[in-house]
Amino acid sequence: MSSAVSVHGLNHSYGTHRALTDVSFEVSAGEIFGLLGPNGGGKTTLFRILATLMPVGSGRVEIAGIDASHDVTSVRRAIGVVFQSPSLDIKLTVRENLVHHGHLYGMRGSGLDAAIDAALARLGLGDRRADLVETLSGGLKRRVELAKGLLSEPSILILDEPSTGLDPGARRDLWEYLSALRARCGTTILVTTHLMEEAERCDRLGILDRGKLISSGTPDALRRRIGGDVLTIRTADPDALRTELRERLGHESTTVDGTVRLERPDAHLLIRQIYECMPERIESISLGHPTLEDVFIHETGHRFWSE
Amino acid sequence: MAVYTLARREVVRFLRQRNRVFGALAQPILFWLIFGAGLSASFRAGAGDRIGYTEYFFPGVVAMILLFTAIFATISIIDDRNSGFLQGVLVSPVPTSAIVLGKVVGTTVLAVGQALLVCILAPLAGMSVGVGGILASIPIMVLLAVALAGLGMLIAWRMDSTQGFHAIMTSVLMPMWLLSGAFFPAEGTPGWLAWIIALNPMTYGVAALRHALYPDATMSSLPSATMCVLATVAFAAATLTGSFRVAAERTSNGLP
Repeated sequence: MSSAVSVHGLNHSYGTHRALTDVSFEVSAGEIFGLLGPNGGGKTTLFRILATLMPVGSGRVEIAGIDASHDVTSVRRAIGVVFQSPSLDIKLTVRENLVHHGHLYGMRGSGLDAAIDAALARLGLGDRRADLVETLSGGLKRRVELAKGLLSEPSILILDEPSTGLDPGARRDLWEYLSALRARCGTTILVTTHLMEEAERCDRLGILDRGKLISSGTPDALRRRIGGDVLTIRTADPDALRTELRERLGHESTTVDGTVRLERPDAHLLIRQIYECMPERIESISLGHPTLEDVFIHETGHRFWSE
Repeated sequence: MAVYTLARREVVRFLRQRNRVFGALAQPILFWLIFGAGLSASFRAGAGDRIGYTEYFFPGVVAMILLFTAIFATISIIDDRNSGFLQGVLVSPVPTSAIVLGKVVGTTVLAVGQALLVCILAPLAGMSVGVGGILASIPIMVLLAVALAGLGMLIAWRMDSTQGFHAIMTSVLMPMWLLSGAFFPAEGTPGWLAWIIALNPMTYGVAALRHALYPDATMSSLPSATMCVLATVAFAAATLTGSFRVAAERTSNGLP
């Protein structure tokens, strides 16, 4: 068993709306795998199926080597889940939340106490154990959520948009913690995100758009597919500019959100050529190394945030 | 263990919210004092029964406390769902029946606890309720509380707003209490109303409480004690099974 998570030919519909279409991917043990995509792309549906909140419709999902359509209980024992929305009882203290959670996972007595102490210490929550959750800040609540997801020492941790509502500092802490966790325990981490900077921190990514997994690979490999740097040209009339680029200079380009894009290995050399050729058409021209957002545009033909 | 931990959470939550403790107790007691004082002059129980209205109404008040506490506590499943707490429990290895049972057990502890508190305070209102009567009524209270908590779960499990629950509460649950013989006896009511009272499962719970609390009074119009207990057991079994079923369904419609 080298795959911690294996999804094959997964489909899911809400009534007539197709949320997932033929999604297949593998996550190796000990890997940090990111599912990147815009909101509404199918990430949350996929998360809910992997977290066993929704049944596997058609297709095959194996988690920790267990078929999720047959033995949900064993899957649940193997995974830790951190939700995007809070799952804490705010009327209880930090420690009470963890005690209840431990009981649900069959932990008890001194073993549970030790696990709680360890989880709280690692997340820097030791002095907050007796505080009611409703008195904690957003960042601290998030840490308690994480402590809760990790309490049963799952071999696979599934997180849905974990940095929602976190300031940049807290977000950095979270990712440092996840990396350290993987290094220490070999935990497989599967995370959904719509943030490019978060996606950069994953070992491998799957890009989800409109219910389809359109691409997967390491962030670097995905960027290399662009085959060069990216030129973005702002202009009043994108179609006319593209025609001129094609006819006068022989460059193919695309229109994304009213701007003209070219992906070329020698992009920096083109700036001068294009500008001198058609100065009156160009409002601005910018050059950049490909980002994951460029990868997304390259693969889908539309912007991450469009629609 | 899962049932215990979830039930315990209910009790701790309840005690931390003082207004809930107050609300669940105050209304039935107010009803009892107001109606007891207001209606006792015009009330005449069946021929040969020598009890005043305050006494007549008392088991009804106990049933009302059980009903209110059960309902308010089971509504919290809707809050649990909306606050996100439930999703964390749903992805844990415990079966959904344990989640239902945790709620029902926690609710029952709260409901019976409050009902007993009122029983203990009853002598202050000039009521003579025997210790034996109170002890005998505890198992009945437990049964009725389980049945009502099960009913609450059955209604609340699939709901996404407490407003919807309030609508059901005023249109179904309150009439169910009013027409259970808690407020007035079935005897002497028009035929159709007597039928509703006879078909209302709560009638038997209230009657069972009456039998337990006033073992010496002759209550000719009530169904027999055995019949009452059996009917209440059936009521509890039906609502519990129903809520287990509803909770066990995993839906793919996006509801967590």
